[in-house]
Amino acid sequence: MAPTEEEMIRALEERHGHDLYCRFSRASVAVCGLGGLGSNIAVSLARAGVGRLILIDFDRVDITNLHRQQYKASQVGMYKTDALYENLMEISPYGNFQTHTARITEDNTKSMLQDADIICEALDSAECKATLANTVLETMPEKYLIASSGMAGLYSANSIKTRKVSGRFYLCGDGTSGIEDGIGLVSSRVMLCAAHAAHMVLRILAGELEP
Amino acid sequence: MVKVNGEEIDIAGKTLSEYLSSANFDMQRIAVERNGDIVPRAQYDKTTLADGDSVEVVSFVGGG
Repeated sequence: MAPTEEEMIRALEERHGHDLYCRFSRASVAVCGLGGLGSNIAVSLARAGVGRLILIDFDRVDITNLHRQQYKASQVGMYKTDALYENLMEISPYGNFQTHTARITEDNTKSMLQDADIICEALDSAECKATLANTVLETMPEKYLIASSGMAGLYSANSIKTRKVSGRFYLCGDGTSGIEDGIGLVSSRVMLCAAHAAHMVLRILAGELEP
Repeated sequence: MVKVNGEEIDIAGKTLSEYLSSANFDMQRIAVERNGDIVPRAQYDKTTLADGDSVEVVSFVGGG
């Protein structure tokens, strides 16, 4: 039987301490793209007790996603938003998870992301990543943006880093290893990059603004 | 001199577009900050780089 909401809150408060628990539980974080990066970022943040997650993806779970994304074989064919919602509710049954089954575009970015304190860019194509980063930085300069670039291949785990580009803009990854070079994505290295992004979210919420 | 991604380059007086093209950046895959502020994509043509500017070009690669 699932624990009660009070039991879940008490367990998180014991782990994090009251102050951090409050900071995390009051926060609203958007995850744009629910693939290898986004699904792993969302799981980390849900486990940490982030109050509200805004989850955006237009796509369905494909069998080729299972090697690195937080979905199950039984969920192939489902919208990623619905499948991840299901999985997150099993992890954190009292979580507030809002889903948007839509392609994120320059036109709808602002309306979907306006309630988020921190935005994680977790899209697939380089062009979409750049467009989202530009749109957020140009139109929502008050938000924190954590983008990711360069996590393909079996290269060293130690080359994945978080850097602060400027003000409220952070970039995770090795910056160079992309899928354009014909190298595949490996779950462990994508998860490393996702962990960097999720960790930077929690650090910002805790008031630690350096990577 | 203009500092681009930490490197001093002699491009003061050029527009941002001119520099980005000459350095073979793919305009669809980048975000550019100048002295800590984002340069809107529509402003690349109109942004003239000045001596002492600091420019950060973030190039995205695919994968997620």
